[in-house]
Amino acid sequence: MADLLVEFFQWGFGVTLVPWLAIILGIVVGILAIVLPLLLVVAMSVYMDRKVWAAMQMRRGPNVVGPWGLMQSFADGLKLFLKETIIPASANKFIFLLAPALTFILALVGWAVIPFDAGMVLADLNVGILYIFAISSLGVYGIILSGWASNSRYAFLGALRSSAQMVSYEVSMGFVLVTVLMCAGSLNLSEIVMAQKDTFLGVNGYWFTPLFPMMIIFFISALAETNRPPFDLPEAEAEIVAGYQVEYSSMAFALFFLGEYANIILMCAMTSILFLGGWLPPFDWEPLYLIPGWIWFFGKIFFMFFVFAWVKATVPRYRYDQLMRLGWKVFLPISLLWVVLTGLFLLLTDKIPA
Amino acid sequence: MIYAICFYLFATITVFSAIMVISSRNPVHSVLYLILAFFNSAGLFVLLGAEFIAMILVIVYVGAVAVLFMFVVMMLDIDYSELRKGFQKYLPIGGLIGLILLAELLLVGFGWGLSGPVTTDPATAIPALNEMSNTEAIGSLLYTKYAFLFQMAGLILLVAMIGAIVLTHRARPGVKKQNINDQVMRRRGDAYDIVKVKPGQGLG
Repeated sequence: MADLLVEFFQWGFGVTLVPWLAIILGIVVGILAIVLPLLLVVAMSVYMDRKVWAAMQMRRGPNVVGPWGLMQSFADGLKLFLKETIIPASANKFIFLLAPALTFILALVGWAVIPFDAGMVLADLNVGILYIFAISSLGVYGIILSGWASNSRYAFLGALRSSAQMVSYEVSMGFVLVTVLMCAGSLNLSEIVMAQKDTFLGVNGYWFTPLFPMMIIFFISALAETNRPPFDLPEAEAEIVAGYQVEYSSMAFALFFLGEYANIILMCAMTSILFLGGWLPPFDWEPLYLIPGWIWFFGKIFFMFFVFAWVKATVPRYRYDQLMRLGWKVFLPISLLWVVLTGLFLLLTDKIPA
Repeated sequence: MIYAICFYLFATITVFSAIMVISSRNPVHSVLYLILAFFNSAGLFVLLGAEFIAMILVIVYVGAVAVLFMFVVMMLDIDYSELRKGFQKYLPIGGLIGLILLAELLLVGFGWGLSGPVTTDPATAIPALNEMSNTEAIGSLLYTKYAFLFQMAGLILLVAMIGAIVLTHRARPGVKKQNINDQVMRRRGDAYDIVKVKPGQGLG
């Protein structure tokens, strides 16, 4: 990237860039190349979400603004942008405004290590998966801080529910990651994807391997991590209005909303990288590799996002004690057992990756 | 040069936020500064080439331990003027402990300076990064060379955890608990009978 920029500036403006400036500029261009399309995808995914629910409930969904209602998200965004940001008198102003910004930034920062194609990654960390895990464990701060800073009971209850929920499901999620790591033998996301090439009869990804149950646990934990139904107790409308978001308006609310969707898409991307073979085509068959990898990757993210919307449209909300029971008494023992079984399997069949 | 700028940036923010942890009036702000300090220390670890430790620091301390701190601090109803009251009373003993710690730190620093140059460059990971990633290096040390000690540490923590549960758990009588299995296994016939009542006869 840096070399390309140096060439570009010499060709376009006749200026030679200093090496360190070229490096910094290269990083900035890389960040923009990920974030700008991502925001567009977030806007369109809100639209898709609403259309999928509408179709499942035999409604039409957004269909007025633009052709087929395509511009609905942008109209909503404009409306939010023009509204007044209300800060409650008894709120802690700085933290109140910090919280939505934190949620949004953390939702974007995670994308730095996602490989979109072979070598198409901003930061090829060799602990990429730990980075994602660290960033997603920070997400709880945006919510807990907003709940506390709003100085409202509804918001505080929502924040407490949310943080307890996120901390609980992170544990089983960590164990699921360990099973994948043991099979792939690396913490680098690109190497994890490459390890899924031809796992069973020419199928790429962990579809027909003993890791498939772990994918289901990962997916359900991802629903809980992103506060999606059936685990949307932190914002349960019927009980605590909108939970931690209750005092927010205008762009502060929009940042929460965008951050939530960016996080959901990040979780879809993680599921497809960890279990569905990332940018690899579904079958290890030569002609399929002619289609660029990032198209396969987006296809998989699209599919996972559809499943997210599908779950929201069909499943009723959990009760809080049931949610905690599922996290601690069902998922944690199963994933822990699976770590041991996977280790034993790899050891006995002599398949431990070097 | 970028390396040096990053180092001084992370180091300054770490020291600054560490001071703010003990000097800020609002305990929630203190916890936030503590998180900032953890975060910048993670940055320093990354600069040292110890990316695994940096990530674990963020996951464990920021993602779990500080969340618990935050939970506790937020739920406390703190009277700030009450907190300042004991300041004069505890100043001598607090100051003494601070002085002892300072003296120890200085001793360590001087001792390190006097013992001559270190034979290996402390900034390079052992073994070299291009041979083995440091995740692998830590793994092979912990799980092969120090496997026994590692397992012992794990057992001690497990005992502490079970101990805490035993101390705080009490079985209260007369509490109705939900048994999910019973609920799922319940059949229609367990709950009610369908009785055909003949007109004019009743159930008698």
